[in-house]
Amino acid sequence: MKYQISQKVENLAPSGIRAFFDLVLGMKDVISLGVGEPDFMSPWHIREEAIHSLEQGFTSYTSNKGMPELRKEICRHMSHRFGVKYDFDEETLITVGVSEALDLVVRAILNPGDAVIIHQPCYVSYGPVVELAGGDPIVIQTRVEDGFKVTPEQIEKAYTKKTRAIMLNYPCNPTGASYTKAELNALCKVIKKLDLLVISDEVYDELTYDFDHTPISALPGMKERVIYMNGFSKSYAMTGFRIGWACGPKPIIDAMTKIHQYTMLCASITGQIAACEALKNGTKSVQEMKREYNRRRRFVVSGLNDLGLTCHMPQGAFYVFPSIKNTGMSSMDFAQNLLKEQKVALVPGVAFGHDCEGYVRISYASSYDNLKEALTRIGEFLK
Amino acid sequence: MDEILEILSNNARVTPAEIAKMTGKSESSVKSAIKKYENNGTILAYKTVIDQDQLKGARPCVRALIEVSVSPQKKVGFEAVAERIYSFPEVVSCYLVSGAYDLLVVVEGENLQTVSNFVATKLSSLDQVRGTATHFLLKKYKEDGHILKKKDDDKRLNISY
Repeated sequence: MKYQISQKVENLAPSGIRAFFDLVLGMKDVISLGVGEPDFMSPWHIREEAIHSLEQGFTSYTSNKGMPELRKEICRHMSHRFGVKYDFDEETLITVGVSEALDLVVRAILNPGDAVIIHQPCYVSYGPVVELAGGDPIVIQTRVEDGFKVTPEQIEKAYTKKTRAIMLNYPCNPTGASYTKAELNALCKVIKKLDLLVISDEVYDELTYDFDHTPISALPGMKERVIYMNGFSKSYAMTGFRIGWACGPKPIIDAMTKIHQYTMLCASITGQIAACEALKNGTKSVQEMKREYNRRRRFVVSGLNDLGLTCHMPQGAFYVFPSIKNTGMSSMDFAQNLLKEQKVALVPGVAFGHDCEGYVRISYASSYDNLKEALTRIGEFLK
Repeated sequence: MDEILEILSNNARVTPAEIAKMTGKSESSVKSAIKKYENNGTILAYKTVIDQDQLKGARPCVRALIEVSVSPQKKVGFEAVAERIYSFPEVVSCYLVSGAYDLLVVVEGENLQTVSNFVATKLSSLDQVRGTATHFLLKKYKEDGHILKKKDDDKRLNISY
């Protein structure tokens, strides 16, 4: 039988690196620096709370927006930590990870032909979710000389009359780039001038090393134009629980909730209960993990630079994005050859956009011993 | 706690050069900080944590936790009697605690007999010791923050965005 696939899905850029991923997944004894999730397990107090909830029989649906207790806890966190006040009932939605929130927001705000500015390198779903929602992604290519940060000039240049929103991700997967308050203020000035919405994915916020993280909605006059997104996956090492959230203006949260109730219904209750515990008692675990990541960050950056792979110091997340240009290899060849010759896996830059050639993403969410061994092997590979 | 101490307390084999990279300090300043900690007694020793159960053909060894009630003495309080007790090489740990007894003493010996003998002849016979209760250790699950079990394999996919 010939199966019809929607034109929109057919048109999505095929993931050229799927084959490479499959190769890595099928290989044993690989030291992987290609993993996009923490190497820590969810802290025990969080897992224990989830187990307890199952024993108590919490196995039902929750309200579409998510458990009120969790939404209240999130709003308390946003207010205490960052001084941004959101209403738990009208301005907050619990989603199945930030990934779902991203999909919901573009579907909620875009009409066919509307454009959304995204930056590259960026997380792989940004372009596709905009396209699936009928929008056009407009790409800003961030530059290593700007520390892979979007500049106000780039936003102005990318803007057209059809542009509705800009998607930001900071700290950024895959570059680790993040923005100081002053840098955000400069971006906000032009965002306000152009009357854009900001879809802000701040899932790595707790892993900011060189300065305090500022949510873009915390800046004066920005709350009304920001859909803030965060989740528990990275800060609390809870990727498998699949819990994220969105905070934003009521009309947009309402529209997102409408789609969410028809498509997802609600996020899993076990995950929501675990997330509640994370916010209530998880600060210490977050700080411990952050200190450890920070040490690995410095260790890996210095190690890569010693090997001649130029590497800027990322300010957040758990990735470094070194240049491999001086090897003369494409990022895919580099990744494949390194895997074959030295059994070290990493993600080629092209995975994050066509124009991200010349770079690879290395995740330091791996034990210190693994990182040390991997650096030695990369050194062998480069000889 | 100083980050250098935090790193070394997790893994004493990390070299000063590596600590320097991790912390962004210079190697010489890391070295001199470690020297200072060694000299002023902050760093007491570097040890390897061994799971005794994994040792094949090793001498059998039993451990007991002993609750010891003692009479404190004028001027020196518990210090003198504690020193008399912890000076025995059989004593691996000795703590002054609050509650129903005074000293918690951890004793190690080849077998039940040797530990019992030690308690009867060395510990209970001290003038200041008013009484003891001995608990033989049956299984160790976790010691000094280390779970005594081989680490599980990484459960994550080898590669993901």
